[in-house]
Amino acid sequence: MKSQDHDAHPKPRRNIELLLLLIALTIGIGAQVLVGLNLEDTIDQRYWTEGGVQVALALAFHIALRLRAKYADPFILPIVVTLNGLGIAMIHRLDFTNQYDGVADRQLMWTAVSMVAAIALLVLLRDHRRLRQLTYISLAVSVLLLFLPIVPGLGQDIQGAQVWVTIGGMSFQPGELAKITLGIFFAGFLANNRDLILLAGRKVGPLTFPRLQDLGPLFLAWLIALGVLIVQNDLGNALMFFGLFVAVIYVATSRISWVAIGVAFVAVGAVLAYQFVWHARNRFDIWLHPFDDEIYDQLYGSHQLVQGLFGLAHGGLTGTGLGSGSPQIVALANSDMIIVAFGEELGFLGLSAMLVLYLILFSRYMRAGLGTRDHFGKLLAVGLAMVLVLQVFVVVGGITRVIPMSGLVSPFLAAGGSALLANWLIVAIVLLISHAARRPIVVGPMLNTTGEGASGTEDPLRGRNTGEQDPVNESQGSATAPALKEGESFRE
Amino acid sequence: MSELAITVLQFGLLLLLWILILSIIAAQGRDMMVSKRARTRAPRNEAPASAPEAESTPATVHHSGKTPRPRPRRLVISEGPLVGTEIELGSIPIMLGRAQECTVVLDDDYSSGKHARLFPQGSRWFLEDLGSTNGTWLGDEQLTRASTVEPGDRIRIGKTVLELRT
Repeated sequence: MKSQDHDAHPKPRRNIELLLLLIALTIGIGAQVLVGLNLEDTIDQRYWTEGGVQVALALAFHIALRLRAKYADPFILPIVVTLNGLGIAMIHRLDFTNQYDGVADRQLMWTAVSMVAAIALLVLLRDHRRLRQLTYISLAVSVLLLFLPIVPGLGQDIQGAQVWVTIGGMSFQPGELAKITLGIFFAGFLANNRDLILLAGRKVGPLTFPRLQDLGPLFLAWLIALGVLIVQNDLGNALMFFGLFVAVIYVATSRISWVAIGVAFVAVGAVLAYQFVWHARNRFDIWLHPFDDEIYDQLYGSHQLVQGLFGLAHGGLTGTGLGSGSPQIVALANSDMIIVAFGEELGFLGLSAMLVLYLILFSRYMRAGLGTRDHFGKLLAVGLAMVLVLQVFVVVGGITRVIPMSGLVSPFLAAGGSALLANWLIVAIVLLISHAARRPIVVGPMLNTTGEGASGTEDPLRGRNTGEQDPVNESQGSATAPALKEGESFRE
Repeated sequence: MSELAITVLQFGLLLLLWILILSIIAAQGRDMMVSKRARTRAPRNEAPASAPEAESTPATVHHSGKTPRPRPRRLVISEGPLVGTEIELGSIPIMLGRAQECTVVLDDDYSSGKHARLFPQGSRWFLEDLGSTNGTWLGDEQLTRASTVEPGDRIRIGKTVLELRT
């Protein structure tokens, strides 16, 4: 290992990113070509155009990082590009079966839209701390997004879960974007009120419980999210939002009592759901008795889960090879169950590699949170890392019968534009946080901003709009004086 | 293409996936070990601005090998426009800055509205910068995170210098 000296100026490490990105693109495009070779499709112009689009998008993202977030984490983009490319390849492979057609093209189009949106967010936002100003707007937007699917006329019921919105023939899952906005709200709210929650409280035994009035808005947000999700029958997302809530509040306060409360709530919620929600009871029965003939044969029965398990077993250690298995037997093989398709065709070696990639991605998100200096950034990065890891846990756990199956999709892999867009936007935000974490601080000369001869009033908007809290400059900008600020223009 | 060639390529794909993972882990190097470094070093002895910080909450900031001193009772302004002012320390946090709602309203052009905050945790007082323009200095070093303040340490905010006294 080249010793990277933390005490000197950190290196941007963009060249490492470029190198890893080339391996990532080789994997994604190579997988797609392999599918074509194995299924005796002619490797024609189309493969190279699609590959070219992926290369162009990845390089555009890389260049945007070079220009706008030089010190961002160099590992996040290659990992995400690998997973996204493998997803497109597997969806392409499933398009050769009778059940699916043209899904890969749509996925590639959504990848393009998502990556362009992520680049735009990266360039326009510039500093994640500006999101803190949107704390309560995020709450309002989350409520709006979660309620949209149950508005009559807009919403659409697909497979018992009412999470879709159709506008002009395009369907979209607004709840996916609510992951981001709720993450921003939780992080912003707790960053503002952390001390109050931490210091005030009643001690019960070894645990300290916070006062109710400090948590009012937070519980309200959580109840709304959960209520809407139960109405929509989307248990996977309910579990994810709840996990996000517990994780962020635990990180903010470092009180183990929160985890205890959270586990108790999940237990109570599970019992209540089993008693009163048919959908949930169905999932529990499938989970506990999948090989029961009656449950296997019924409508919405355990057929999907059992065939998924058979598929994973069929894959063995090295898999059947891309294009040689029969992943299409499982329902929803290219979205909810795409993990099974990978397990069958790439085997244990391939699937475990992908899970390790998720693990590294999660650790990079957490690293961005550990490195950054502001509380809001820390909480936001941890929250977004939890969103990622909970999605993977709920999907893989559901498929492997660790927990009851619920409708979440594996990030970046599964077919579905809304989830892809949301996850790419999360990548952009985390890259900005990691940039703030790793860039060197250049402290400018002391400023007189308000007293005699103050010059800070010349351009008060400039300092305010960047959302900067300390005179931090890009290293190339350190020669010029830092933006001048008025004393009052700080956070809240 | 022959079956053998395709099989070889399939294995090549799996191999490449693991090569990617191993190169990421190799390239990360000591990056993931920062938290360990931060835990073992003495916080005052190195420049705090340059090393990425691992601990987020003041409760986890450790001082290695220091015996607890008597609890500070007063905050004294020893330099600057308000020199001589004394504030009794209770058990509530103290906000320092120019804004009127601060506990200690600093009449100092170089301080920010809500500049810094002193708060008790256990028997110690911690100082935290609240994103001020000119920064808060403890001794010779600029604060980058909440840090313990011992009696006699010089807290500098703009032109004002404060000290804790027992």
